[in-house]
Amino acid sequence: MEVPILRQGQYLIASIQSALTDADLSHLREALIAQVGRSRCRGVIVDVTALDVMDSFAVRTLRDIAHMARLRGAETVIVGIQPDVAFAMVQLGLTLKGVATVLDLEEGLAFLNRRDEERLLETRPKRFGDRG
Amino acid sequence: MAGFSSGEQTVIAAAISEIARNILMYAKQGEVFLSLATNGDRQGVVVVAKDQGPGIADLERAMQYGYSTSHGVGAGLPGAKRLMDEFEVDTVVGQGTTITMKKWRRVI
Ligand SMILES: Nc1ncnc2c1ncn2[C@@H]1O[C@H](COP(=O)(O)OP(=O)(O)O)[C@@H](O)[C@H]1O
Ligand SMILES: [Mg+2]
Repeated sequence: MEVPILRQGQYLIASIQSALTDADLSHLREALIAQVGRSRCRGVIVDVTALDVMDSFAVRTLRDIAHMARLRGAETVIVGIQPDVAFAMVQLGLTLKGVATVLDLEEGLAFLNRRDEERLLETRPKRFGDRG
Repeated sequence: MAGFSSGEQTVIAAAISEIARNILMYAKQGEVFLSLATNGDRQGVVVVAKDQGPGIADLERAMQYGYSTSHGVGAGLPGAKRLMDEFEVDTVVGQGTTITMKKWRRVI
């Protein structure tokens, strides 16, 4: 089952529709990284709302996606981790360290917009007299 | 599944996934059996995962979080144990590994 990747403005949105095999997950990782470069996007949202199991391979793949996308200049945010899935992840000792996670798609978009603004502020050259 | 809540099913599925993953990774092939059990006023699911792979040489360490012979996370065995109510490993080097794990729920 392939994961559709939609483009919305500067962002790519991958919404997982159903349980995925390892091969599907690996394919998603390759497809996202390729598209990040091709479309010069600034952000990636991976919507995992439909996933009712996340094991160590899934967590590692999501972490890889985020780290690889960052190296290609895009920020990643994972949205929609279900409460039961979060519970099982904690029990398993699996973490998404260094990867942004928010509740839903709307917050994901808001997060990326905020990051973009911050980036603009960071890269704007400081003028004499600017505070901070 | 056997009256388990969706939260419990997620937990059981995550444990099975880790154990099945280990079979593929370390033993290449094996089998996972699922069955239902009753014990007094408790009902449960029993998972038996069996392989004829290399076995686990240092089980005590393998049960510790972070120990991995494959640069993995080392979370599978200790994590599955934490997720389930009962967890037993029977392993012989050169012969294989059998893991039996159970999850119970009270029938009211
Ligand atoms: N079915 C198995 N057969 C042989 N060795 C195993 C098996 N399952 C686990 N092991 C050993 O136990 C170690 C810990 O397993 P686990 O906690 O799942 O972590 P990981 O798979 O990330 O290494 C593995 O690295 C491996 O050496
Ligand atoms: Mg493992």
